[in-house]
Amino acid sequence: MFADFVQHVLRPFWGVWMMVLFLGIVFWAFRPKNKGRFESYGDIPFRDDDKER
Amino acid sequence: MSVFKQHQKLETNVFLLAVGILLTVITGGLVEIVPLFTIESTIEKVDGVRPYSPLEQAGRNIYVREGCYLCHSQMVRPFKDEVERYGHYSLAAESKYDHPFQWGSKRTGPDLARVGGKYTNDWHVRHLINPRDVVPESVMPGYPHLKHKLVFNDVEAHLKTLRGVGVPYTDEQIKSAKADLAAQAGVDATASSDFARRYPKAPMGDFDNNPEVTEMDALVAYLQVLGTFVDFTTVKPEKVAR
Amino acid sequence: MSAATAAVGTQGDATPYYDGVVKNFVLASVFWGIVGFLAGDFIAWQLAFPALNLDLEWTTFGRVRPVHTNAVIFAFGGNALIGTSFYVVQRTCRASLFGGAGFGNFIFWTFQSLIVLAASSYVLGGSQGREYAELEWWLDIYLTVIWVCYLIAFAGTIMRRKEPHIYVANWFYLAFILTIAMLHLGNNLALPVVFFGGESWWKSYSLYAGVQDAMTQWWYGHNAVGFFLTAGFLAMMYYFVPKRAERPVYSYRLSIVHFWALIFLYIWAGPHHLHYTALPDWAQTLGMTFSVMLWMPSWGGMINGLMTLSGAWDKLRTDPVMRFLVSSVAFYGMSTFEGPMMSIKAVNSLSHYTDWTVGHVHSGALGWVAFVTFGSFYYLIPKLWGRRELYSLKLVGLHFWVSTVGVVLYITAMWISGIMQGLMWRAYDSLGFLQYSFIETVEAMHPYYIIRAVGGLLFVLGGLIMVYNMIRTIRGDVAAGEAQPMAAAARG
Repeated sequence: MFADFVQHVLRPFWGVWMMVLFLGIVFWAFRPKNKGRFESYGDIPFRDDDKER
Repeated sequence: MSVFKQHQKLETNVFLLAVGILLTVITGGLVEIVPLFTIESTIEKVDGVRPYSPLEQAGRNIYVREGCYLCHSQMVRPFKDEVERYGHYSLAAESKYDHPFQWGSKRTGPDLARVGGKYTNDWHVRHLINPRDVVPESVMPGYPHLKHKLVFNDVEAHLKTLRGVGVPYTDEQIKSAKADLAAQAGVDATASSDFARRYPKAPMGDFDNNPEVTEMDALVAYLQVLGTFVDFTTVKPEKVAR
Repeated sequence: MSAATAAVGTQGDATPYYDGVVKNFVLASVFWGIVGFLAGDFIAWQLAFPALNLDLEWTTFGRVRPVHTNAVIFAFGGNALIGTSFYVVQRTCRASLFGGAGFGNFIFWTFQSLIVLAASSYVLGGSQGREYAELEWWLDIYLTVIWVCYLIAFAGTIMRRKEPHIYVANWFYLAFILTIAMLHLGNNLALPVVFFGGESWWKSYSLYAGVQDAMTQWWYGHNAVGFFLTAGFLAMMYYFVPKRAERPVYSYRLSIVHFWALIFLYIWAGPHHLHYTALPDWAQTLGMTFSVMLWMPSWGGMINGLMTLSGAWDKLRTDPVMRFLVSSVAFYGMSTFEGPMMSIKAVNSLSHYTDWTVGHVHSGALGWVAFVTFGSFYYLIPKLWGRRELYSLKLVGLHFWVSTVGVVLYITAMWISGIMQGLMWRAYDSLGFLQYSFIETVEAMHPYYIIRAVGGLLFVLGGLIMVYNMIRTIRGDVAAGEAQPMAAAARG
């Protein structure tokens, strides 16, 4: 059942499905709502416990 | 959206992140490798390809040991110049008993897929001892140490292992492996007719004019059989078309 | 060693970072780097002057070449990756290394013993004949055990973290560790002769043959590039470039898209090593398509690395360590453009089997992998040994220029020799015969092989400058008359 589904529906358009997935990831990563949260993660390397030497 | 919430779990849970990574990286390999075992047309149906004789296999092991594949390919591509220079382009069938494959990735020296029969045994022996004796501009290393006696007492175990990975050696071939090795190297003439039946087209004789069976004998026996299994005068072109 | 060298944090709960282990890996990486560069330059001279093979079985090109490739990829690169990953994961998780110094040093010493065993086995003729995976079965098993320990130490540290989010550098490290494990196991399946009563306990035969074996090997081989030499070192980029530039990565969101796109696309690219071979066309086409697509995430990563410096471009002029890091990213961009181009079948029909491929690999390996490692180490060494700055930043500048000239000589020589030989192989004379015999095309390579070997020598020389600088830094010396701009500019 599932194999047939993959064969007949997914395979002919695999490029399209992957493009949809890719655009989904891009949309999710770049939508304004997530901006603040994600960009704050960029500061993680600067939050460590290292002493200033 | 809930999908996005899922990623938040992924990036805060190392186990889920690991599973996500593995799922992502596993697809490509599965799609590219598995069908090679299941699609029948992957390996052409041609006659003549046989398992290597014990001496040839010993030579092949030396070829692998010395890293010959780092400078010599065994894969003629279907281009006019390559076919004219080396011979008929290589078929998948011709390396179907090659564990491991030795197609190579670099031609510092020429392709060897069809080197069998192109040069005499003497030429090979001199060339392997010091390539510049016969090809002055060559940059290949000399292999004088191939004059050592061939150590292959466990030849039966090697053939059994190869059968374990899918090479169709018969019980008879395994049982007579030691005798076949001696027969091909020309030190035991009694078994030679049976040997020729078991391994058609195998070159026979004392390759290096040294009565002892040496690594040189084995390597030259291997080189002389490369690319000679398939008789392309009898193969229908459409069967091997690319 | 462990207790004495574990730096103690400043926050209330005082997380100890196990940096003694990191120090060991850094020292080992530099040591094996020099060994690997020397082995590479030795075999480069052999191709120019074959007498250097010495007519000894242990010193022929075929046996030393795996020593070179394995030493630079797995010993130099591997120690750099494991060492920096332990440094980065502790700091970005604000957690101490799982298993502590004891476990870390266990991984360190087993890994070094593996390297020594591997190099000896290659010289003695113990190769299993798979490029970049020459280890025989018994060493493959040993590596698997070490790798599982490494994964436990790394993932265990992540599980102890105080930071809710897992920083993106750790994603790249994790993808590198997991995918290399998968590739290693998949590619090295073999049946040892000793199981069938053989005398040679080290010899085995690959489970696959011919076309399936070729596909499996290059699925492994190309992704050794993709996950060992790319994903792992991108992890270094995502930590050390921001740290040295003292500003966060240009776009964290781009790094997420970069990550998933890169790891998904890379794994498909293997068949481009098998264009026009007996591998079925559908697989070749898949490999080419994905290789070309791979250009996009690769450049996404490059842009992210380079743009991290936006607003601080003057550091490129004032800080030679930054120059190493930024140039590495630029080389990464160059070789990830060249790679997709060479994976196009028409281009590949010319470039394959020639020195062009060798040049391409080295523009990535020397320009990207080694440079990002040098840059990261120059940042790390003063931190690890508690110095204000390096012994001499001027020597870093010298190292940069010596090795850059070396890389440029190397890759231009290989472009010329590769394209020339490819064209000579397919040249016809006016009568319709092949114009050149094979050996004439070998002869034509001679001057370029000398130029390449000189380039390699410069690269070795650069490495030795780094060794000197490192030793003096560890001893706590400061070169006379050094301005020390990084130390002067107060951090944070």
